[in-house]
Amino acid sequence: MVIQKASLYVLLTIALFLAAAFSLGLGAVKIPVTDVMIILAKKIGFFSGSAVSIQHEGVLNIVRLPRVVLGILVGAALGISGAAIQGIFRNPLAEPGLIGISAGASLMAVIVIVLEMALFAGLSNLLGYYLLAFGAFAGAGIAAMLVYQISRTDGKSNVATMLLAGIAINSLAGALTGLITYMADDQQLRNITFWMLGSLAGATWETVLAITPFVLLPVLILPHMGKALNAFALGETQANQLGLRINRIKRNVVILSTMAVGAAVAVSGIIGFVGLLVPHTIRLLVGVDNKYVLPASALMGALMLTLADMLCRTIIAPIELPIGVITALLGTPLFLYILIKDKKKLTL
Amino acid sequence: MLIADHISYETGKRMLVKDVSFSIRPGEMLVILGANGAGKSTLLRMLSGERKPSKGSLTLHHKEVSHYSSSELALKRAVLNQQNIVNMAFMAEEIVMMGRYPHYQNHPSAKDREICEEVMKLTGTTHLTERSYLSLSGGEQQRVQLSRILVQIWDIPNALLLMDEPVSGLDLHYQQQTLAIAKALSKRGFMVISILHDINLAAQYADRILMLKNGRKWYDGTASEVLNTKNIYEVFEIDSDVFTNPKTLKPFFIPKNTTVNLSSLS
Repeated sequence: MVIQKASLYVLLTIALFLAAAFSLGLGAVKIPVTDVMIILAKKIGFFSGSAVSIQHEGVLNIVRLPRVVLGILVGAALGISGAAIQGIFRNPLAEPGLIGISAGASLMAVIVIVLEMALFAGLSNLLGYYLLAFGAFAGAGIAAMLVYQISRTDGKSNVATMLLAGIAINSLAGALTGLITYMADDQQLRNITFWMLGSLAGATWETVLAITPFVLLPVLILPHMGKALNAFALGETQANQLGLRINRIKRNVVILSTMAVGAAVAVSGIIGFVGLLVPHTIRLLVGVDNKYVLPASALMGALMLTLADMLCRTIIAPIELPIGVITALLGTPLFLYILIKDKKKLTL
Repeated sequence: MLIADHISYETGKRMLVKDVSFSIRPGEMLVILGANGAGKSTLLRMLSGERKPSKGSLTLHHKEVSHYSSSELALKRAVLNQQNIVNMAFMAEEIVMMGRYPHYQNHPSAKDREICEEVMKLTGTTHLTERSYLSLSGGEQQRVQLSRILVQIWDIPNALLLMDEPVSGLDLHYQQQTLAIAKALSKRGFMVISILHDINLAAQYADRILMLKNGRKWYDGTASEVLNTKNIYEVFEIDSDVFTNPKTLKPFFIPKNTTVNLSSLS
């Protein structure tokens, strides 16, 4: 244990606020951090009068704020569901992107995009986003269940089979997505490309509103399952012998975490490796007790995505890099590092 | 009291356990002996709830086992499994504390901590407290798991303790220590059922021995009653001499040399 558990929460929260404040100020129109604070205070109702320019206020309210809030929600969703899925699979390498969950979500999202245009043309906006989120959620759920069932032998999930099943699901979903791409028109094609790379550029208050319940529910409930997920690390049989109803817990964790991943994918596309990188870092800092890993992963995920979004908006401004590129660039080396470090231990 | 009434276990076309009946009272330590594939583990898995008997009934404290909820059972029965694979770097004390999970909601009480400390002292794992489980040797891991299942039922009267080959990876000292702990707990009112491979350890610690062959109960009795040259040959297919230890009056067993003639093979 490197740092105290309580101080980790405090540190992460402070870091998240600072990162968000800086991120709000950065972009084509620079807004000083002090002005950001004043506008935020005004929004909550602490402040009246107009010490800052209306243009700044408008940019912040309409463009920056929803984007930063979306980043926080998506990051929290990916972080906590990564931790929960690793708990259920009893393996630190299980990651929504790696085992096909994001691809499943993305496939369903793409199907919804293409079909929505064909079937219910007028149904966009909030309802459309809910439909998209639900589709992505269903895709994530189907992929998760498939991988889980395939990788199970005698009640244990086998890592090698799990990763291979993930590869299979990933390429199947990829192929189907490719197939659908042929049926898509120009506008849809642009939407699809955006999904494949991952980006927060589509952020509006509507998207924020659309995914808030899907993210908030898992973020509030999953931390209460820390004890159960710890017991799962002993093995399903052993967890059952400790009095846990394992099938119910498994179902709930899979539903909640695919709900979060599905919602995140629906509005931001595939943002890889956050679910791997974040819980792993947390475990290095405070140990592997899921009681702390789950909530801390939500905070850390939010922080990481806020920072990554800040990077991808500013590195080669005014052009934006897809955020999925940044997280993959940072995440892949870490993944390889874990793989090399633990390759002896990871055989089941 | 645990009563197994004509229980069988069938998978596909194979009967792994056939029509086994026995019972055990609080205060008793029962050892199950038998060759590989005799059905020992399957029998224990039925007792531990991992497998449901295809036929017959299991009664624990006058109530059908299937009528208990799993959380009720966790407070009456603890199981040391043969295989315990953990992939997350939990500390040894965290693994042990998981045994107290059925006893607390969010935070372990002072009593929970005290029990863990006591048990870890007994199993010789105190010095491993803050070590990662993944960095422990096989025998150390086994003792940590043993501690976990002991703390689970430590303060429960008449609890059922099931152990599948609890000493297989342990050195001689901890083989004796583990079985001595189990024996002492049985004297405190536990019902202990353990699978062993070592006939002499069984003779030394068991109040009763159940010998299985081909999924059936072959012999059931005290060590002096069931451990003799004939029975051991029947169940294990080895020639042996069985003497009586003059100090303990328990039987002890010495296998005769087995020779394999390789010259007749290509």
